[in-house]
Amino acid sequence: MSVAVTIESVEKRFQNFPALRGVSLDIQPGELVALLGPSGSGKTTLLRVIAGLEQAERGRVLFGETDTRDLSLRERRIGFVFQHYALFKTMSVAENIAFGLKSRPRAERPNPAEIKKRVSDLLELIQLPGLEKRYPSQLSGGQRQRIALARALAIEPRVLLLDEPFGALDAKVRKDLRAWLRQLHQRTGHTTVFVTHDQEEALELADRVAILHDGRLEQVGSPDDVYDHPATPFICQFLGDANHLPVKVVGSQAFFQDRPVLGGLRQNLGGPASLYVRPQHLRIVDDAPLALPGVVEHLRRNGPLRRAEVAVEGLSKRLDVDLASQVAPAIGERIRLRITHGNLFAAA
Amino acid sequence: MSDASLPYQIEDLAPARAARRVSGESRIVQFVLVVVSLAFLCLFLFLPLISVFVEAGARGWHAYREAILEPDALAAIRLTLFIAAIAVPFNVIFGLAAAWAIAKFEFRGKSLLISFIDLPFSVSPVISGLVFVLLFGAQGYFGPWLAANDLKIIFAVPGILLATIFVTFPFVARELIPHMQSLGSADEETALTLGASGWRTFFTVTLPNVKWSLFYGVLLCNARAMGEFGAVAVVSGKIRGVTTTMPLHVEILYNEYMGAAAFAVASLLAGLALVTLVLKTVLEWRFADAIAASRRH
Ligand SMILES: Nc1ncnc2c1ncn2[C@@H]1O[C@H](COP(=O)(O)OP(=O)(O)O)[C@@H](O)[C@H]1O
Ligand SMILES: [Mg+2]
Repeated sequence: MSVAVTIESVEKRFQNFPALRGVSLDIQPGELVALLGPSGSGKTTLLRVIAGLEQAERGRVLFGETDTRDLSLRERRIGFVFQHYALFKTMSVAENIAFGLKSRPRAERPNPAEIKKRVSDLLELIQLPGLEKRYPSQLSGGQRQRIALARALAIEPRVLLLDEPFGALDAKVRKDLRAWLRQLHQRTGHTTVFVTHDQEEALELADRVAILHDGRLEQVGSPDDVYDHPATPFICQFLGDANHLPVKVVGSQAFFQDRPVLGGLRQNLGGPASLYVRPQHLRIVDDAPLALPGVVEHLRRNGPLRRAEVAVEGLSKRLDVDLASQVAPAIGERIRLRITHGNLFAAA
Repeated sequence: MSDASLPYQIEDLAPARAARRVSGESRIVQFVLVVVSLAFLCLFLFLPLISVFVEAGARGWHAYREAILEPDALAAIRLTLFIAAIAVPFNVIFGLAAAWAIAKFEFRGKSLLISFIDLPFSVSPVISGLVFVLLFGAQGYFGPWLAANDLKIIFAVPGILLATIFVTFPFVARELIPHMQSLGSADEETALTLGASGWRTFFTVTLPNVKWSLFYGVLLCNARAMGEFGAVAVVSGKIRGVTTTMPLHVEILYNEYMGAAAFAVASLLAGLALVTLVLKTVLEWRFADAIAASRRH
């Protein structure tokens, strides 16, 4: 049993709308997988199909060797954390966490002392000891999130499924919880799938990132993989920023408006193509054979970096250029840009 | 605090109760509006209500007791309580089932069901009563069959019960549907993934979540079940001491020029209305917070 969860060509429609179109994915035991995609791409639907809250029309989901259609919701032992936590408002924190244990058939139910111990252990684990008696309305968003996670962990789930776990929290809390979740995962080793629309979150947290777009998995790979070698134009633009240049490939060179801009191509494309270049892969050069002339129109700050917006003749959108260690040009200055790295796709 | 090391704190949970000025009307306009509404309330609500109690007590405590403890009056009170004791639980079950179906599932004819639930509100109670006479009366569709089997519905307690259930059934459902819809199904789905059975989910998650709106619905339903006149009058036949509920009894007494006795029994119904009003107000406070809390999550 080397695969924890196998998703085999799952298809799901709502009325006539295809929410998932043939999604296949293997998840290894102990892996932390991010399902990343824009809003409406089918992330929640896929998570709900894995959990058994939604039935796929085609395809199947296996836990190990077992087809999940043969398992009841209880037998699936899924730790599902909803986007808005869905804590039981009328129950205290302790009752919330104990809910799964108390729901077991009488023969398998731990006795009250064991349940109490387990609840306080879990609160310890999520670094909120002593909160047993609080009610959900008396907790902050970040605390609620962690209680929901503890409640899911209490049933010793086979798989932990988190739907936008930090979606409703503010930026600072998100960052703290991200690091916290990473540590928790290292400590407990649960096979985990979490949904996010935040690419930074996915890249930072996950062992592997699965990118969904319009109900299809466009790419699955390590964060480095998907970031450095995006498989589709969509991923280029969705992961990080990318400038788009319509080019023509002749031989080993790409031409933008009859001007060679990128050489040494090994891909055998030929003809019109789309070139995607990240802002950090544009360098201001004095003069070079493969360079793109432009005018600096705007300068702005982007996190630790400064970024120039450069107008290039023949392009309706300005190019974003990161000014990492370079001397900043002045607005209105004519510069030349060299592309140090780009991703090329045959034009659709 | 145990989580002092963490940078986030409990959010400000105080409900926004700040007074708001709705618009820029001058104080005089405000004053006039308040006086007009109060005067209106006094004239059409407090004055009649007070007069009921005044009339009821006009002949003194002894006569009041007499009027209420008289056998026909006691029978009417018993019948009213009996009807409410059956109609209210029935409506609780129906209301929960209907609200559950409407809030948690998608199905064809859903909006039709919602409109049907409102039907008793839009139909005159007299018509509601007549429908049952049409169905179960001696000349009705099932009349001959009922007579042949020696069953009596119209001019008997079952008819009163049917009519009461019919006119009261929107009350519980109407309170529950919007509340359950606003709650969604995430709590239930969580409970199910945590391994709870359907029953356990219903009793430990769903029911506690809606308990205040359920109670509120029960309150209104009960008040109407005890106070219903029109529909019940049509099907009751007004057999004294047998098929007269409190409102019918009041009417009979009044028509027989026994004003004081009529008002004595009426004062009980008015008392019920007052208790309902007070409970309703108290609940609205509680309920407002509960709803606000459910929105915060
Ligand atoms: N219960 C539903 N009924 C109809 N359409 C749905 C339902 N759930 C999701 N969808 C549709 O399926 C698509 C994918 O939804 P979802 O999985 O929630 O996306 P994501 O979580 O990636 O934002 C969306 O277009 C959404 O409108
Ligand atoms: Mg979603």
